[in-house]
Amino acid sequence: MTGLACTRGGRRLFGGFDLTLGAGGCAEVHGANGSGKSTLLRIAAGLFSDYSGEVEAAPCHYLGHRNGVSALLSPLENLRPYERLGTGSAWEALARVGLQDEWENPSGQLSQGQQRRVGLARLLLGDKPLWLLDEPLTALDTDGRRLVRELVESHCGGGGVVLCATHQTLGCSATEVHLEP
Amino acid sequence: MFAVQFRRDWLSLRRAKDEAINPLVFLFLAATLFAIAFGGEPRRLAGLAPAIIWVLVLLANLLSLEALFRRDFEDGTLEQLLLLAEPPFAAVLGKVAVQWCMSGVAMTVLAPVVALLLNLPLAVLPALMLGLLLGTPALSLIGAVGAALTVGLRGGGVLLALLLLPLYLPVLVFGVSATLDTMAGVGAAAQFYWLAAISAMALTLAPFATTAALRISVEQS
Repeated sequence: MTGLACTRGGRRLFGGFDLTLGAGGCAEVHGANGSGKSTLLRIAAGLFSDYSGEVEAAPCHYLGHRNGVSALLSPLENLRPYERLGTGSAWEALARVGLQDEWENPSGQLSQGQQRRVGLARLLLGDKPLWLLDEPLTALDTDGRRLVRELVESHCGGGGVVLCATHQTLGCSATEVHLEP
Repeated sequence: MFAVQFRRDWLSLRRAKDEAINPLVFLFLAATLFAIAFGGEPRRLAGLAPAIIWVLVLLANLLSLEALFRRDFEDGTLEQLLLLAEPPFAAVLGKVAVQWCMSGVAMTVLAPVVALLLNLPLAVLPALMLGLLLGTPALSLIGAVGAALTVGLRGGGVLLALLLLPLYLPVLVFGVSATLDTMAGVGAAAQFYWLAAISAMALTLAPFATTAALRISVEQS
């Protein structure tokens, strides 16, 4: 990303933002509420196009505020379609996030944190080099936070790239970036 | 991708049956009201029945379209579909196909009951059902474009109707005239060809337009 600037609702969110992440790179984006962290991630994912500057991003997984988990379907049924992306099995991904005992309950009956874990499990399917995580620690317990750290570390260890917007800290070695207008 | 999305949406549909059945109940109830209101003049009703049935099918279809993308939009599944489905329009087509099964196909199957209520001659029934089967894909496909554009708006229902009803008019006109011409003993092949042509054109263009409209809605959220 070079010279990235974005204005939303007549208000300048950020300008002249530069960031380059190579293989194995991990960056935490910090900033006050409303400073444009989520917008930055949506721009990188290709879900928001009203910006100026240049963005080059690898094929990515995006985990936003909304988990992308359908309440009517069980966690396994939610993940099955993403097996088509190529690598990984939905079953193993569920086991990795500790939901193997909940695979058949409708996701609507799961807690917020458990639904977040289903969203995290999706990252393990399809082998996308870039992960865009928007507040991944929300609603997760201590165990869940450790899980996120481990997932991010192993992804970066394998040459993947992680860009994460958060108010807390992931706890792994990451470049810290601050968003300012 | 089409098959994957179709299976997924079919499963969701089976988990939320009540929602899926609502438009069909509306069709049946409204037809019953017409039958009661015209109670004294069954013969006049027979002449109006094709128009009544087609208008009700149009409105029932609108009812089911409103919910087409709503849930996926709210829980974020739609973002994932646009990001990860390869290609997204195939997945969109899968969603529309499920909606068509629950509106177009189901209403075609229900048509004999409604026709009986409205005193439509049995000999015309095949023409009515064929017309519905050929015309409803266009309703679902064109409707999906409107549903995709309004999914992010609060109270998008009225806007959806305003947007779609003008586009539905050709299907309505040819559908009703096919049934009426068959009733009058004139062949209606031309109208059936027209309905099929409209549906075929919608099938080639609408999925791309729907995907583009969904992108706009997701960007605005």
